[in-house]
Amino acid sequence: MNKLKRIAPALAVIALLLAAWWFTVIQTHSVIFPTPWQVVTGTLELINDGTLWIHIGASLMRVGIGFGLAVLVAVPLGLWLGWVKGAYITLNPLFQILRPISPIAWIPIAILWFGVGNESPIFLIFISSVFPMVVQTTAGVHTIERRYLRAAENFGVSRYTLFRQVVVPATLPQIIVGMRIGLGVAWLVVVAAEMIALHSGLGYLIIDSRNAGNRYDLVIAGMIIIGLIGLMLDGVMRLLEGLKSVRWRYAH
Amino acid sequence: MRTNKIELKNIRKGFNSNKGLLQVVEDVSLTVGDGEFVAIVGPSGCGKSTLMNMIAGFTQSDSGSILIDGAPRTKPSPKGILISQHGSIFPWLTVQQNLMFGLNDHPRADKQGVADHYAAMVGLKGFENSYPHELSGGMLKRAELARAFAVKPEILYMDEPFSALDALMNLRMRNELLRILAEERHTVMLITHDVEEAIHLADRIMVLSPRPTKIQATFIVDLPHPRKLTSPEVQELRVAILHELGVDRNAD
Repeated sequence: MNKLKRIAPALAVIALLLAAWWFTVIQTHSVIFPTPWQVVTGTLELINDGTLWIHIGASLMRVGIGFGLAVLVAVPLGLWLGWVKGAYITLNPLFQILRPISPIAWIPIAILWFGVGNESPIFLIFISSVFPMVVQTTAGVHTIERRYLRAAENFGVSRYTLFRQVVVPATLPQIIVGMRIGLGVAWLVVVAAEMIALHSGLGYLIIDSRNAGNRYDLVIAGMIIIGLIGLMLDGVMRLLEGLKSVRWRYAH
Repeated sequence: MRTNKIELKNIRKGFNSNKGLLQVVEDVSLTVGDGEFVAIVGPSGCGKSTLMNMIAGFTQSDSGSILIDGAPRTKPSPKGILISQHGSIFPWLTVQQNLMFGLNDHPRADKQGVADHYAAMVGLKGFENSYPHELSGGMLKRAELARAFAVKPEILYMDEPFSALDALMNLRMRNELLRILAEERHTVMLITHDVEEAIHLADRIMVLSPRPTKIQATFIVDLPHPRKLTSPEVQELRVAILHELGVDRNAD
């Protein structure tokens, strides 16, 4: 009951927006812009012929591989940059220059290097999500409170124990924040990347629906599905924030 | 005659500030006997913590020497554990994992046994698997004491250990500390601005002057435990120490 109360205003806004959309399309007698109902029937069409699952699966697969590789690279790299001052001084400026370059700007190079298959979008996802995660992880190491490092020093533990029981767990909350940002960006980028010369994925679905007969009902269906899946992905990342060993950081 | 556990000879320490060199510690010499409980009281900002950090090995003095068991102190070691005001229990580890943290060379089963023994000793039985954010401030202090005692340090360095607690909990923790010290004798150096706390706990009290600090007066607390804080002897001592600190009896 309480939960219903919480989401009621959000649902009301969405309902209002749908109503306004519907009303406007009817009023303007638009032949090309679909009504919400046409979007629903369009979506059902995609579900029934099975193509929707193929597109979702293709997009998720690309994000999974690209983001997974980015995590594998970014977390150790970020820890190293955060811990070793020399590495930070040497490499941080480079990352700060690469980071603001939109992943979209990498598309020509991706095509040049990897062609128009699966590798290009995977590379673009990797590029887009690796930098925020490196930055967050490094910042996480830098913000470990000195009292904890001192305590570790005081107990005279080995470097291995210091890393495993202090540096990594102390940074974990920030790593998870980085992963949330990284996955969000990855999902943005996969759609853009799939608009180029691919034959599957939600980005392809949108572009193809427009090109093949102005099916704007399917364009909007694709957009809404992208939004919903993005929300779900973020929800999964939020579950990580609920782990007992990281909750200390988010409580304050 | 007891042997000297800690020996400070002509310790000086200054910091560079924008107004030039700021002398913080000026020529402090003192000795602490094996098993002795020495309290150092001084006005806030007088350099008490600076002094403690040098003795515990976290910072180096500008000149003079610090000997522990007759050997020069160069870096922190588990032989002397520092307990400070804000605490350093790792929030990402459970109570038990925290207590096991310093027990490097023990086998795992043994570590748990030691951890549980000290958890029980400070009254944290049943909270071994709790995370620090689930504990109260007083319980965190207990955990910190237990973690220190678990590595069997020869010296405890306590830098305003209980000052973040409320008055009642402060009093309780003092009694707890005395009870444990009666079971396991350690050499203790306590830094505090709380005169009553010093009289309650210490065998000897040194009063520091304002910055640049040096030892201004020494008092022997020749009263048996348990001490009655309302007794005339305690009150007399308290007035004498406050007088040294420049606090008027009427203003108190």
